[in-house]
Amino acid sequence: RNNGYAISTPTNDQYAGDGIVSRAPGYGMAGIRVDGNDLFAVHAAVREARNYALETSSPVMIEAMTYRQGHHSTSDDSSRYRDGEEVRLATDVSDPIVRLDRFLERYGWMNETDVASVEDEERLAVLKAMEGAESRPDPSLSTMFEDVYWEKPPHLVRQEAGLRDHLRRHGVSFQ
Amino acid sequence: MVNLVMTSSKSVRLTTSILRGNIRTRSRAIGANAERYLSIRPRPLHSPASRATNGQTIQSKIEFRRTFSSATAVAPLTRSSPAGDPAYQYASAYDPSTPEPDYPALGSTSKLNLFSAINAAMSTAMHTDPTAIVFGEDVAFGGVFRCSQNLLEKYGSHRVFNTPLSENGIAGMAVGYASAGGTAIGEIQFADYIFPAMDQIVNEMAKFRYRSGNQWNCGGVTLRAPCGAVGHGGLYHSQSPESYLAHTPGLVVVMPRGPRCAKGLLLSAIRSKDPVVFLEPKILYRASVEEVPDADYEIPLGKAEIIREGADVTVVGWGAQLRTLQKACELALKDGISCELIDLRTILPWDSETIIKSVMKTGKLVVSHEAPITCGFGAEVAATLQQECFFYLEAPIQRVCGYDTPFNLVFEKYYLPDEKKNLDAIRKVMDLSR
Repeated sequence: RNNGYAISTPTNDQYAGDGIVSRAPGYGMAGIRVDGNDLFAVHAAVREARNYALETSSPVMIEAMTYRQGHHSTSDDSSRYRDGEEVRLATDVSDPIVRLDRFLERYGWMNETDVASVEDEERLAVLKAMEGAESRPDPSLSTMFEDVYWEKPPHLVRQEAGLRDHLRRHGVSFQ
Repeated sequence: MVNLVMTSSKSVRLTTSILRGNIRTRSRAIGANAERYLSIRPRPLHSPASRATNGQTIQSKIEFRRTFSSATAVAPLTRSSPAGDPAYQYASAYDPSTPEPDYPALGSTSKLNLFSAINAAMSTAMHTDPTAIVFGEDVAFGGVFRCSQNLLEKYGSHRVFNTPLSENGIAGMAVGYASAGGTAIGEIQFADYIFPAMDQIVNEMAKFRYRSGNQWNCGGVTLRAPCGAVGHGGLYHSQSPESYLAHTPGLVVVMPRGPRCAKGLLLSAIRSKDPVVFLEPKILYRASVEEVPDADYEIPLGKAEIIREGADVTVVGWGAQLRTLQKACELALKDGISCELIDLRTILPWDSETIIKSVMKTGKLVVSHEAPITCGFGAEVAATLQQECFFYLEAPIQRVCGYDTPFNLVFEKYYLPDEKKNLDAIRKVMDLSR
């Protein structure tokens, strides 16, 4: 997914060549570039790529072109390095959800009320899932030393015992 | 390769005659003219005193390249020798007896946090050294931690620019630029991402001077990276890789504990004749605020600082861990235990002399760091101290460190060597020594 940015670095600072898919021939792979904001185009591209891969047992690189509308993360404020106008333009022209909505409306398969009710339903489901996840207790302290290796080696057994002993002595409750 | 020692036409002829012939005739020629070589006084490449008068002007910013490696290194910090003698002082650049800056004499200070102090140091370095460039991921708009803010506006896009997302590219470019004589200040966005660059750091950067018999070097490299626990960093935004780096002869590894020493250490690192990896504890970027001198000052590398004098136990740490250790020392004081707290500052080459002197006094040592205990740098400190101070030790050396697991998210507060764990270690050595 080529969304035009790596935090504050636009793609023209990232590479001088023609995007990512141009590297595919360099690696002896088939490649396809697709409008990542067009649901049906992406579906078609992936379907063709899948068939190709199954038929030839060789990989396909798909570069889906899109635009990062939001900030890189909650610690990022993208107005510090890009123009609001650029974001507005990309959003107005090519927001994938809006394009799909308009397509569905045009064929009468969905209308505004349908969309609104689906959105409400999904929003509620996400909030419920978050609530459920947040209300779960912390994992047990023993998980801290598990899965470092297949089996806990002696030094980790000792370190865990040391930590439990330390917490007990200082009256810290833990699972 | 041509030895560009442009001091007089005689020297140029001499140099050419040395390049001709075989190794035997060459060394004879050098030996016979040793005095002439010794009379040439090179200056530290980036020092404002580079153009100091000693009767000879170095016409261009070309480093003196010795054709033999038996001569001792130039000491970049001995510019202002008290006798005013511009001759070589064969002290090492990492001499722990090098004095600290005279802070009152430096004049006015400003209240700065860590990222502002780093910013000030880079700006000063760029101002005094026209070859200095700053590059890395997202540094152009100011950096994800604002360390490089306003540098693009001040110094231009040819000196402050973004690189592609490639740490080995950043390190490799730094090596290349520095080997051509420039000052390369590269940024690795998080120390956790330094690992793709390890081949460039270990196999190129650290070995450049050695493998060329000191004909070339990349001392102009400084790689900065934010390190350490931050409360929510998890596996890949919390690591302290200083011990991976310290296992690399030829590299210098530095970690400041606050804004004031960060500015001085970073200026030393940038101007150092050796490649430096400068690790910045990210949790201190905003949290640590100190009065930082506005002047241009350098803090010696290779020298530890005793930040709290004591008589009973020596406690050693670096970076953000010193805040935890200060708390532990305060708690220990309530028990009547007086701790001597030492900040290593430079991890490699490290100042064992200061620690040894302290342990000879106290007889007890506690070392603490966030990085996992096995093969953490505390192991190096402990091994050296038991070798040098075995008969002065009254109790086994304690290491209070992170566990040997990846840096976890949920249990960060249990993972870290907090002040309670350190207090326990301090009490333990006191009990064992009685």
